[in-house]
Amino acid sequence: MKDQLFKIALILSSLLIVFLMGGIIFSLVSGGIPAFVEYGINFIFSSEWNPNPDSEQYGALPFISGTLMTSFLALLFCIPLSFPIALFTGDYFKGTKIASFVGTMVDLLAGIPSIVYGLWGFYTLRPFIINMGLSQQGFGVFTSAIVLTIMIIPYATSLSSEFIKMVPNDLKEAAYALGATKLEVVQNVIFPSAGSGIFASFVLALGRALGETMAVTMLIGNVNIVPNSIFSSGNTMASVIANQFGEAEGIKLSSLIAIGLLLFVITAIVNALGRLIIKKLSV
Amino acid sequence: MTTIKYRLLKDRLFFYIICGISSLTLIPLGSIIWELIRKGIKQINFSFFMEVAPSTLDAMLAKTSGESIPGGIANGIIGTLIIVTMASIIAIPIGIFGGIQLAENSKSKLSSLVRFVTELLNGIPSIVLGMIAYAWIVKPVTTGYSALAGSVALAIMMLPLIVRTTEESIKMLPTSLKEAALALGASYSTTIIRVILPSAMSGLFTGILLAISRVMGETAPLLLTALGSSVISLDVSKPSSAIPLLIWEFYNDPYLIDMIWSSSLFLLMLILIFNLIAKRISKKWRIQ
Amino acid sequence: MNIENPVLEIKDLCVSYSEGKYAVKNVNAKVEKNSITAIMGPSGCGKSTLLRAINRMHDLYPEIKIEGRVTINDKNLYQINPMRVRKMAGMVFQRPNPFPSMSIYDNVIAGYILNGIKLKKKEKDEIVERCLKNVSLWDEVKDSLHKKGIFLSGGQQQRLCIARSIALEPEILLMDEPTSALDPIATGKIEDLLLELKKKFTIVIVTHNMSQAARISDNSMFMYLGDLVEYDNTKKMFTNPSDKRTEQYLTGQFG
Repeated sequence: MKDQLFKIALILSSLLIVFLMGGIIFSLVSGGIPAFVEYGINFIFSSEWNPNPDSEQYGALPFISGTLMTSFLALLFCIPLSFPIALFTGDYFKGTKIASFVGTMVDLLAGIPSIVYGLWGFYTLRPFIINMGLSQQGFGVFTSAIVLTIMIIPYATSLSSEFIKMVPNDLKEAAYALGATKLEVVQNVIFPSAGSGIFASFVLALGRALGETMAVTMLIGNVNIVPNSIFSSGNTMASVIANQFGEAEGIKLSSLIAIGLLLFVITAIVNALGRLIIKKLSV
Repeated sequence: MTTIKYRLLKDRLFFYIICGISSLTLIPLGSIIWELIRKGIKQINFSFFMEVAPSTLDAMLAKTSGESIPGGIANGIIGTLIIVTMASIIAIPIGIFGGIQLAENSKSKLSSLVRFVTELLNGIPSIVLGMIAYAWIVKPVTTGYSALAGSVALAIMMLPLIVRTTEESIKMLPTSLKEAALALGASYSTTIIRVILPSAMSGLFTGILLAISRVMGETAPLLLTALGSSVISLDVSKPSSAIPLLIWEFYNDPYLIDMIWSSSLFLLMLILIFNLIAKRISKKWRIQ
Repeated sequence: MNIENPVLEIKDLCVSYSEGKYAVKNVNAKVEKNSITAIMGPSGCGKSTLLRAINRMHDLYPEIKIEGRVTINDKNLYQINPMRVRKMAGMVFQRPNPFPSMSIYDNVIAGYILNGIKLKKKEKDEIVERCLKNVSLWDEVKDSLHKKGIFLSGGQQQRLCIARSIALEPEILLMDEPTSALDPIATGKIEDLLLELKKKFTIVIVTHNMSQAARISDNSMFMYLGDLVEYDNTKKMFTNPSDKRTEQYLTGQFG
């Protein structure tokens, strides 16, 4: 009898999780549909964002482009940084105390909250960028991307490191026995073997970057334009929601929810892609 | 040029690049922590924990008369405590039962679905979850911003982590443990509740601590749900403060801006402590 | 072979893992009270499967089908609640598995705890002391009863598991290769223990080590490819086996 109840409880909690997801999708779609009905597919391609009640018009292009630009730029910066660190902990110094130390430092980076990154970006990074003459105000896609890079390095690094560690020892030893240098082993054994896994970890890191809110909000400039260079200011999907959601009503609210839906879909696709690659690898 | 000398040179160079870049990670980390400590430590005193955040007016008056700004972040600390505790109360039971289902019925269709959904939930941006909690709780349930809505958003964030660590911790136990309990005549539910779960307890605990440390620092979802408050309130159907929300308020207020450092330092220390405790427990458990 | 005082009776027992594939075929046997009966045979012969059919461990796996009858004192085990069956037939496993979340004390009375049987402190103390003494573990652990059991050596852990099983006072003790994970000294201690325990319990022990069967068992079963090939008094079977296959096994012609 007790067993029956227990098994029911297990099934109920599982169903709850599934319905939770269903509910989230339902709420996003039903909340965002009015915006799509009103503006059609043009919603995604329009740059008009006018909350003035006389001439309300909403389009998501600035935010979509802002999100994509900052995230992809961050990914670009992240790759040449994560890969060496992953090699450091996963092969060169695998299993040693120093690798463990570096691993812990990287984990610490992952623990720092987004808002603290934003503050650091605002007070330390921004003056640096202004001093370098890269940008007048220091805001914009580039600055946000730098902070995003630092934020996603831990995710890319720890996962890549795991894949590098999984390269079988005998494969590497066979190469060494043929007289290869370590670099040659990296290029010819480790990279081909762990390559897809490393790629997947970058895809997942991208997924993380796409959803980032606070740090980017504080550094992007919050100007509703499609950025025309990496030093120009802009806005992202997550930031516009964070800034304008409170007090939003009617079609404006619906537009923001629609943006949330788009963000959800984009991150879900990117994450699913990353996990699909990993699943293919473990078969 | 493929002479051995050349190859060795390339190899050496690559090695230095690897070490160099790895030590680069210390730069932003060190910079952030250093800045926080440098600017924040002097404001952390007893009243920091005991008093609520000063209003703009108080701060302005203090500044113009050359005094230090009064107040602390007590409302934020209590708010975070309440919201995170409620989120845990929601997420932990569902997460553990979900994890048990995945571990015990690993191959079933329901389990595959739950696993897929859990991974999906894990990737949802926190701001989107804030919107959901707004739609589900702020509007219909509490008719206004509330700590409860904030907890719901954070609970959804904690859920995937707890489900995953529960599943892994249970799967790591030897099967003979379950068989030994059943061989003594125990029922299935007793076996899980009184033998399997207690044996997997350290793994479970680690997962919970990690989930807590992850959501403690979240700002975005709380902006849309708990909103913030200048008082300490135990009424969860009303807006509530939280440490990250206070930091955001201080940041946006020209008179309160100096307080961002101490509050950030405190938040970071909290998160660090939870993380370190979680790591220690996980290490001890793995040795077993 | 004539069994005067049968406590366990197995009749026409068949166990199949899938359609038409039998792991145990038509086993018929009666087990003598207060004896040690060894089940031996090469890997895959069905000895563990047979043992687990007695305390209905196969119930956990719905794809496994059982046919036939198993009775203890004429009670049909497959017609009563499996939880009751497992109190009548206790089991000790190959790898010592004391519950890591419980102290030594609690491990001994785990059977009572897990079945929700409430005992007074005096009763609990008495059971713990008696059972630990019965397995010759009392002196070694009496000062650390409230420590966790996993800090003991392999042999001590296994004796703790035996204590845990006998605490419920089962009719039968089923042992599934209980010493194969232990060193020779610990093995010897447990074999001596079993010889003592058979005065109070009936023991059925699966062993992959035929010399162990020769050392401690009264009767032996030899199984091969799911069939119970021979079942006889141990001395007789070892010196004068009736079946050619038994003889081949005992002389090491197949492992």
